[in-house]
Order: sequence, then structure tokens, then C-alpha cells
Amino acid sequence: MSSRRSRSRHAGSSRITDDQINDLVSKLQQLLPEMHNRRSDKKSATKVLQETCNYIRSLHREVDDLSERLSELLENADTTQADLIRSLIMQ
Amino acid sequence: MSSILSSSNPAVNPSTRRKRKKKISHNPQIQPENPQIEWKSETQQQNYSSKLLHELQQVRLGSSGPRAVSEAADGALAATARGRTRWSRAILTSRLKIRFMKKNSVERRRRKVMAVIASAGNYQQRRKSKFGVLRLRSKCLPAFQRKARVLSRLVPGCRKQPLPVVLEETTDYIAALQMQVRAMSALAELLTVSGSSSSSTYADPTQLI
Repeated sequence: MSSRRSRSRHAGSSRITDDQINDLVSKLQQLLPEMHNRRSDKKSATKVLQETCNYIRSLHREVDDLSERLSELLENADTTQADLIRSLIMQ
Repeated sequence: MSSILSSSNPAVNPSTRRKRKKKISHNPQIQPENPQIEWKSETQQQNYSSKLLHELQQVRLGSSGPRAVSEAADGALAATARGRTRWSRAILTSRLKIRFMKKNSVERRRRKVMAVIASAGNYQQRRKSKFGVLRLRSKCLPAFQRKARVLSRLVPGCRKQPLPVVLEETTDYIAALQMQVRAMSALAELLTVSGSSSSSTYADPTQLI
């Protein structure tokens, strides 16, 4: 707690603290698909960031693959099917 | 006291969480609910699916292709986010930019649109925080800074944002992407199943199977 006060005196207007950053990083770590570990001390913050970047890239790739598949499927499908699916999902 | 406990417990029923959200919604700085819970709820997925279908119908009428589908998916995702996060606003802004560029008088309209969106969104500018982050001792490592920059480039709309903003946006963005993957794969499954079943029932001559 005292470190927070001294930092605010030094940096003047900056209100960001180490604890805040660590808290956010631990929240991020819980989202990552690895083993769902609750103990945030396990991974260093740099490792968490690295895995986050990798995870976002893999999610983007998955979305691209899915959109390719969807575009193929949509080309072959006709309008009756699309309306059918729409009514299915709306319920 | 009980509200603090239940807000930190991720096993709470999402409907009670949504009631609480209406009371706390005046807090501008932090998103009160856990983004993971919000994006995992059924209603969000249905919202997204309906928007996605709407966009896809429009795409099919024009020129189709995986790129168009991917952009429709991202646009639908950003619209489902209701513009409360920076990445969703950035996606919507870039789509508007492209649409206006196709028409006439690009610069004035784009500036107007961006000004409107920037003022409408929750736009808190922290000018001094760049230096503030660098003064934190454990985050002074160049490796950490490098990774943070890479991450800020991956998440749309976060290139010049300070670190805590980037981290917050990332948590929401990842949860949203997970939902997007779930919804799109469900849609693909439905199309695959219905494609194979309708070819036997309807005997449509246009069906390739």
C-alpha cells in the first residue's frame, strides 16, 4: 500500500499500479485454455502475454477457416435452406 | 458484502447478474461483469447468430467469398458488443470508412463519422499514462513491453492505448472470439446437416450432392 502512495507522489498523475496490472493479467490467464489453473503465480506476466497473443492468433485462424467453410456451404445452399436455418436459430 | 462475493463468483446465475448490471451500469471506468460470463450466455449467442445470418444474407446477394464472410462475422460480433468496448467500435468505424470510401467526398464524411463515434463511445483519454506504465518496476522489462505492443496490435483499436486498457480489451475480445467460433461452427454444422438431409428429401436439381 505504501508503494502505491509513493508512486503516485513520484509519477504525479499516473494512477496505474503494479497490483492493477497483475490483477488484469491474472484475469486474462483464466481465460486461456491451458489447464484452467487458478494460481496466478505460476506463470510470469510475460508468459501470459505470449500465450495470449498465440491464442488470439489461433482464434483468428479458426474464424478464417470457419468462414471459408461457411462461404463454400453458402454457395451450394439455396434460399429455402437459409430461411429454414434462420427460423431454427431464431427459436 | 454478499453482492461482492457473488460478483466475484463465476458460478452465479447469469440472469441475476444481468439484474445487478443495470444498477452498476453508471460506472464508466470498469466493466462490472465478468466478460467471460456475458459472452458465454445463450442470449448473446442468439443475438450474434441472428445478426450474422442477416449480414450473410446481404453478402450472398453481392459478391461472395471467405473474406466477405469473415468480415460479416466480425461486423456482427462488433454489433453484438453494443459498442461498449474499444475493439468493437474500431471494427465498426473501419467498416463505415470502407463504405464511405466507395461513395464520394471521403475525407469530410469520415472525419464527421469518427468524431461522432468517438464522442458517443466511452472515450476516456489518459494522456500521461504512457510514462506511468514505464515507471512500474516489474513491467520495465523490454520483453514484457514488446509482448504488450504485439498484443495491442492484435486487438483492433488498441494500438495507442495504455497497458491496462489493452489488457481489459483483450479479456473481452478473447471471450467474444470464443463465442464467435462457437456460433460459426454451430452454423456450419447446421448447414452441413441440412445440406445432406435436404438433398435426399427435396431432390433439388441444383444440389451438387
